[in-house]
Amino acid sequence: MKKKTWILATLTVAASLQLGMAADITGKVTLKGTPPPEKPIDALKNDPNCGKLVKDKEVPKTRFYLVGDKGQLADVIVSIKGIPGKSTGAQAKPHLLDQVNCEYVPYVSAVQTDQKILVRNSDPVFHNVHPTPKVQGNNEANKAQMPKAPDLEFTFTKPEELLRFKCDVHPWMFAYVSVFDHPYFSVTGTDGTFTIQNVPPGKYTLEFNHRKAGVVTKEIEVKDSNVTVDAELEVK
Amino acid sequence: MVTSHGVGMAVPDWPNTYGYNMFFFPVSKWVGGVFYEHSLGAVGSAVVLRVLILASRPHVPKSRRWLKSGGLILLVAGALVCALARAKWQDGLFLLLVGAVAFPASFIWPKSEPAPKWMRRMGIIALVAVIFQGVLGGLRVTMFKDELGIFHGTLAQLFFLFICLMALFLSRWWQTLPQGAVTDRVGLRWFYFAATGLIFLQLILGATMRHQHAGLAISDFPLAYGELWPDMSSEAVAKYNQNRVETTAYYEITAFQIGLQMAHRILAALIFVAVLVCVWLTRRELGWQNPLSKLTTLWMTLIVTQVFLGAVTIWTNKSADIATAHVAVGALSLMTGGLITTLSLRRLCNASKTYSLQAAAFAQPSASK
Repeated sequence: MKKKTWILATLTVAASLQLGMAADITGKVTLKGTPPPEKPIDALKNDPNCGKLVKDKEVPKTRFYLVGDKGQLADVIVSIKGIPGKSTGAQAKPHLLDQVNCEYVPYVSAVQTDQKILVRNSDPVFHNVHPTPKVQGNNEANKAQMPKAPDLEFTFTKPEELLRFKCDVHPWMFAYVSVFDHPYFSVTGTDGTFTIQNVPPGKYTLEFNHRKAGVVTKEIEVKDSNVTVDAELEVK
Repeated sequence: MVTSHGVGMAVPDWPNTYGYNMFFFPVSKWVGGVFYEHSLGAVGSAVVLRVLILASRPHVPKSRRWLKSGGLILLVAGALVCALARAKWQDGLFLLLVGAVAFPASFIWPKSEPAPKWMRRMGIIALVAVIFQGVLGGLRVTMFKDELGIFHGTLAQLFFLFICLMALFLSRWWQTLPQGAVTDRVGLRWFYFAATGLIFLQLILGATMRHQHAGLAISDFPLAYGELWPDMSSEAVAKYNQNRVETTAYYEITAFQIGLQMAHRILAALIFVAVLVCVWLTRRELGWQNPLSKLTTLWMTLIVTQVFLGAVTIWTNKSADIATAHVAVGALSLMTGGLITTLSLRRLCNASKTYSLQAAAFAQPSASK
């Protein structure tokens, strides 16, 4: 009994030391080059049900390249590759993927393996929720969701980049969720910035993945202070 | 239309529709992709019913008994379902309705002699094919297998050809058509068969392209990414994907898909030449007024239309209506080729056979004298 207590205490101290030494990785991602213009989603505007939801608004456009005036690129998934550490997805807060005005919000996001993804229907029209994973072990599903129906719950057990969710009733509705087997990832906001918190010291490869602009990687070293890493993706 | 609109999975369940028995699915919910997908199921059911009648009609008087006993069984089954499984009342009511139609129909069912064996067999093949087609479509939805969609699309084309052949064989025109009356000196029958085979191969390629769900792998025509032969290196494919903005949930394109579309284009050119040769040879050998000459001209017209529709499909970025028309004209081209080949097999024969037929015709009057 005494021995067990000692082991537990040692592990706790080691873990807190590790956490104490952990640092954040922050940075900004920009896009070089001129992306193709986004297309208006006329099918949404012309749909008898979804069209009513955007009646007084501008026709929504595709969301492939969300670029700021200084090239800040949103929806880039930044992650550490090959980092030792286990998924804490089962204990993590569920991730919400909402259907608003016949579009998925957010368009790009990331979760951990075994983390709950709750898909909500905030629209007064019905959708079908159809994740289409490509990695073996992650199951494809196709579930109907009526207006105001309870949230649908999905979890994925294997890591997979840019796993697509789609609605086949409204074929312009799709979103991407990347699944990692660790908690060290982030998605850039509209200002192109990201933060990955509590990264333990070590040498890592940082990956920047944008669905259209592609992938770049950077070698980094995390010590006991925060690290700033900027990246540039290019559209040719 | 379902695949053209990218809504093949808009109804997530099968054989039900959003939990309803498909015949009780409220019209108010036939919206968006559901409209196309559910309409496919409804039209498919109507086709099954029609083929069921087609297959059972030649089997009189047996089919009268089938209708009577089948109708009774359905009535009892429907009543049992309604009574014992209230939640399944829609299924029970459906069985009752079908039984209520089938049972009285047995009393007015024709009392003629059974049809010839070949006709009965063709009817059974058609029935098995259409049921298999329905099950394939359902499994494609429930098993999430795009590959099944390719078979489903291809079988549909073959089924269409088969039904058209049945209609031809049942026509009075076919039954009075003289057999082997014209000499085939250049092997016209082989030309027709080869051209039809190429079209069938093209339809398989087309179905494979459509069920990749990647949209247009090459976005320009007649060139391919500005070249006669597109760059298919990984860098080039990445660049194509970077500059591709689709409003539908398509996958990224791959070098394989670009190759597939190039094969489709090359095969289209081969088919064009093959059918053109068929027209030219038929007119040279049989004259302008021969039915085969007229039919091959119609065939050529369909192929020209098909090439044009293929080009417009690309120029309109795979507009759903144009893509659907492209598939439909493809089916008509296959059907026309199949009918021409079949017709030629009956009308044309080798030179030696014509000689023996003429000799027999010459010998017959003298024998009767």
